[in-house]
Amino acid sequence: MSGFDTVVHLVYLACAVCFVIGLHQMNAPATARQGNRISAAGMAVAILTTAIVLGHNRSVSAGAVVALAIGAFAGGTAGLIAARRVKMTAMPQLVSLFNAVGGGAAALIALGDRAASTQAAVTGVLDVAIGALTFTGSLVASGKLAGRIPGRPLTVPFGRQISAGLAVLAIALGVWFVAASDAPPILLAGVAVAALAAGVLLTLPIGGADMPVVISLLNACTGTAVAMAGFVLESTPLIIAGGLVGAAGAILTKLMADAMNRPIIAIIAGGYGTGDAVTVSAGTTSAPVREITADDAAIQLAYAGKVVIVPGYGLAAAQAQHEAVALAEALAQRGVEVTYAIHPVAGRMPGHMNVLLAEANAPYPQLRDLEESNPEFARTDVVLVVGANDVTNPAARRPGNPVSGMPILDVDKARSVIVLKRSLGHGYAGIDNELYTDPRTAMLFADAKAGLAALLSGLHAYAS
Amino acid sequence: MSPLLLADLTVFTLALLVGFEVISKVPATLHTPLMSGANAIHGVVIVGVMLLAASVSGIGGYVLLAVAAFCAAMNVTGGYVVTDRMLTMFRSRS
Repeated sequence: MSGFDTVVHLVYLACAVCFVIGLHQMNAPATARQGNRISAAGMAVAILTTAIVLGHNRSVSAGAVVALAIGAFAGGTAGLIAARRVKMTAMPQLVSLFNAVGGGAAALIALGDRAASTQAAVTGVLDVAIGALTFTGSLVASGKLAGRIPGRPLTVPFGRQISAGLAVLAIALGVWFVAASDAPPILLAGVAVAALAAGVLLTLPIGGADMPVVISLLNACTGTAVAMAGFVLESTPLIIAGGLVGAAGAILTKLMADAMNRPIIAIIAGGYGTGDAVTVSAGTTSAPVREITADDAAIQLAYAGKVVIVPGYGLAAAQAQHEAVALAEALAQRGVEVTYAIHPVAGRMPGHMNVLLAEANAPYPQLRDLEESNPEFARTDVVLVVGANDVTNPAARRPGNPVSGMPILDVDKARSVIVLKRSLGHGYAGIDNELYTDPRTAMLFADAKAGLAALLSGLHAYAS
Repeated sequence: MSPLLLADLTVFTLALLVGFEVISKVPATLHTPLMSGANAIHGVVIVGVMLLAASVSGIGGYVLLAVAAFCAAMNVTGGYVVTDRMLTMFRSRS
């Protein structure tokens, strides 16, 4: 190994260290931003080093340099503009889109690398298969999150059989490619096509509520695909970074699946929340629901000692985070103790609700997770549930229904509950929420944004 | 298996374990920036695309290279910028 190669390897190692330190500093809000910058610095050095290596080896044709420069400039600009302009509520679909293009790039590496040795054949096939699957899967997930593709589970006739067929086809072509000593590259393209189709078929039937799990899993897949591309190119930084991301995605996938108490396999199988397999326990549908006006609810909140706000998907969809925080601040000024109870799957990607509330300047110490919140409800005067449904359903404590065993926020332990919601409609699980018919619960029917604004003006009008 | 492949496999396995160890401590509050930050890190695929430039030829190869570069560059720049924007919101408070 020449002196130049040694230096290059050591620099790449330093970059990998930057990635690990960067991820490590994501442990706390105080250091997270610095961590991301360390990671970005490592990335910049890695890119610069690679450019120097290409220049040093003089192995790249002028045409390739032009293609690389044009593609990278256009992609970099597009990414920059999208990242600058995106609203915090639209974050999940953008992250999913970035995940898609990462997977796509990883797949293209193995497709384009003609110099692949036999040892690279296995990892090349894996790279193409996982990368292509992630590409279309993440695009569909992004479309669902953005509302361009319906969020409800879309079932294709014989979808599962076709997916299984595509999987068999991809494996057969892959094995052929690996086994044949001089396999035509078209086999690899066949693997890519089968995986692209499978990505669409596998993601379409997955319901909107399962999206936090799905995008975590797709993130893990991209990490793995990038690591496989690293094997193909014998490039250590790709292998290390891919492994780190694969681990991150896997951990988040497990956390999210646990928070919904659903096995990952069942989520991938999809079809959840269609509503046709729903059993509603007798009596709950006919039980009376108590309605409350915004002004009465405002007065109830104003004279409470402790209020917990439970934000859910409805708040994220209505982009009502600023109104929620304004209401909380007004209450806090009156001396009311206010906290937010955030379920792990609130919002549409892991931790999404925290980002939305942080954007609206909610004080970080007021944001409580499930474990911190549940013991607090017993000494809470009023819980204000804003657009959350299944995660507050006491039916989860009983076996035999679609939400059984799901960890919930114990809002029914509080002295009173106000549910701000547009209608009595079902959540993703497709069942009635027993909380709504609890005698201590009052329903305030409104859009999250309009309802919170009405509560705030009621607070100013009657309790100031 | 060649010694090189074994070495790569060792690195990959250890990277997975380091990843599990480092990330399992991240609080729920930071899950979105974590995912987004991890997303940016797999933008390292741009390094792979640059290395690929040494082995492509012909119009088809150049088009493939340009598309791959577009995807990877979008991933890496967008990923870091969006993560930084998110984290700005967390920083201003105690």
